Amino acid sequence: MAQKRLTGHSSVQELIAKSSNKKHKKMIEKIIPIILLLIASVSVLTTFGIVFTLIVETGIFFSRVRITDFLFGTEWFPFANTEQLFGILPLIAGTLKVTLIAIIVAVPFGIASAVFLSEYASDNTRRIIKPILEVLAGIPTIVYGFFALTFVTPLLQQIIPGLKIFNALSPGIVVGIMILPMIASLSEDAMSSVPKSIREGALAMGSTKLEVALKVVLPAALSGIIASVVLAISRAIGETMIVSLAGGSTPKFDFNVTDSIQTMTAYIVQVSSGDAGYGTTIYYSIYSVGFTLFIFTLLMNFIAHVISKKYREEY
Amino acid sequence: MKYVNQESVVKRMNRRLITNRVFKTLFFFATLFALVILAILFYRITTQGIGYLTPEFFKNFGSRFPAKAGIKAALVGSIWLMGVVAPVSLILGVGTAIYLEEYAKKNKLNDFIRMNISNLSGVPSVVFGLLGLTIFVRTLSLGNSILAAGFTMSLLILPVIIVGAQEAIRSVPKDVREASYGMGATKWQTITRVVLPSAIPGILTGAILALSRAVGETAPLVVIGIPVIIQFLPENLLSQFTALPMQIYDWSKRPQAEFQHVAAAGILVLMMFLLIMNSIAVLIRNKFQKRY
Repeated sequence: MAQKRLTGHSSVQELIAKSSNKKHKKMIEKIIPIILLLIASVSVLTTFGIVFTLIVETGIFFSRVRITDFLFGTEWFPFANTEQLFGILPLIAGTLKVTLIAIIVAVPFGIASAVFLSEYASDNTRRIIKPILEVLAGIPTIVYGFFALTFVTPLLQQIIPGLKIFNALSPGIVVGIMILPMIASLSEDAMSSVPKSIREGALAMGSTKLEVALKVVLPAALSGIIASVVLAISRAIGETMIVSLAGGSTPKFDFNVTDSIQTMTAYIVQVSSGDAGYGTTIYYSIYSVGFTLFIFTLLMNFIAHVISKKYREEY
Repeated sequence: MKYVNQESVVKRMNRRLITNRVFKTLFFFATLFALVILAILFYRITTQGIGYLTPEFFKNFGSRFPAKAGIKAALVGSIWLMGVVAPVSLILGVGTAIYLEEYAKKNKLNDFIRMNISNLSGVPSVVFGLLGLTIFVRTLSLGNSILAAGFTMSLLILPVIIVGAQEAIRSVPKDVREASYGMGATKWQTITRVVLPSAIPGILTGAILALSRAVGETAPLVVIGIPVIIQFLPENLLSQFTALPMQIYDWSKRPQAEFQHVAAAGILVLMMFLLIMNSIAVLIRNKFQKRY
């Protein structure tokens, strides 16, 4: 490349003299960092934009609905003709039901996969299985939603009689499958970063591989594993399409997982795809729910961040 | 100090070895679980959808009748959406990455930008939908157009692109830069003529993977109000449009059983779209990967 550019000029010196005559070169060097800083600030503006819109629109919502009714109300009836009720607890209950089921599925399977991949599997096996797990992580959630609705729910209905078409169980399990690769791969990273010498020390003391894995590697990698689980919880709370398709739209404040439910995300989707007029209380309610969701996930991400930063063991 | 009791060690040895083997098998089957699910998922969707994957399916617009429903508007819409998301997110993402890696000094502002990017990547996509609805659809009154959806999606995948580009730029070794400075090049010349050319394969690989995430995202599109049944193709960036995941979402929701097959066919098209993008990413990585 560089040589090509040189042809046609008699010498390098000439070229240098020619280019250093240009004043705009200095200008560029000064302007570029400023332009790049402006570009970099777009991500900051995005965050401000999110927080700002959520606060402003939620503010309008709270000028119409009492904040105590919102926080402690156990009934969510935004589409009622007579008296609309906006108690967020049923939506939170729906979200937590799905998240809990997802975690029950994803944590044992995810961590077991991580132990297998980092402690037992040969390099070749790992080279085959890891990319396949990545495929699982790359599948769009709408596809998972379709899978939950058309495969997992009918399957569960054969096992559990009386299970509704829309329930918490089926999307919960599928969300669990969705976040499984995340737990597996992040936990595997954490376990792989435990140095070999520690493993070999334990093996030399006569431990079996299982004892090394459970008593040495797992405790050493614990902070990374917990952080991966917390991140997965955050992902499960924010997951939208699976619960919109397979969870239903009946917000209830109870512990029943076989009935139709509604999560925070599914409510936002339901209202947006329906015809809640701009400026109605229902319209502003999606921002209040979005704000609640945002706080939940922000908290989870913050906790994961602190755990992985603070308790990381250095070797 | 207690010495190891040889006898008791030998006695327990067998049991420990068996436990080890049992757990190894358990861990193996736990790993297999995810792979089996993946296989079932692909098998189900292929058998359900393949029969509907006719040439007409690609030629028809959306319809209330399953036999006439087609994916043309959604397929073209998704390509248009990519046309906006790719350049916008690349310029913003690579620009930010260059700034953070090459120019940013260690100070509070830059720490804040870094922390902010990692936080942003944890924000649920449906919340980005709310941002898009308020800022792009309403405040800038772009309506539910390709441009509004494209901007929203660009911001959504921005953190992924930034992190990928940062890694690619970081992996260009320091001595190459120093050689460039030694030749008398300025900082910007070094970046554009030395650092970026060797970082581009890495940047593109990450960007295409991020883009394929944007192709599959549904929630922000629903929230900003992208319509489903569209009987025309988009003409410009302010046109109304629909996209593959929107179309699949709509078909999956419909009560008629036949629409499930149409939805599965739509999913097959979406997966092929993603497969092609991923293959391109792998191709770029393999072809241009330079090791120092």
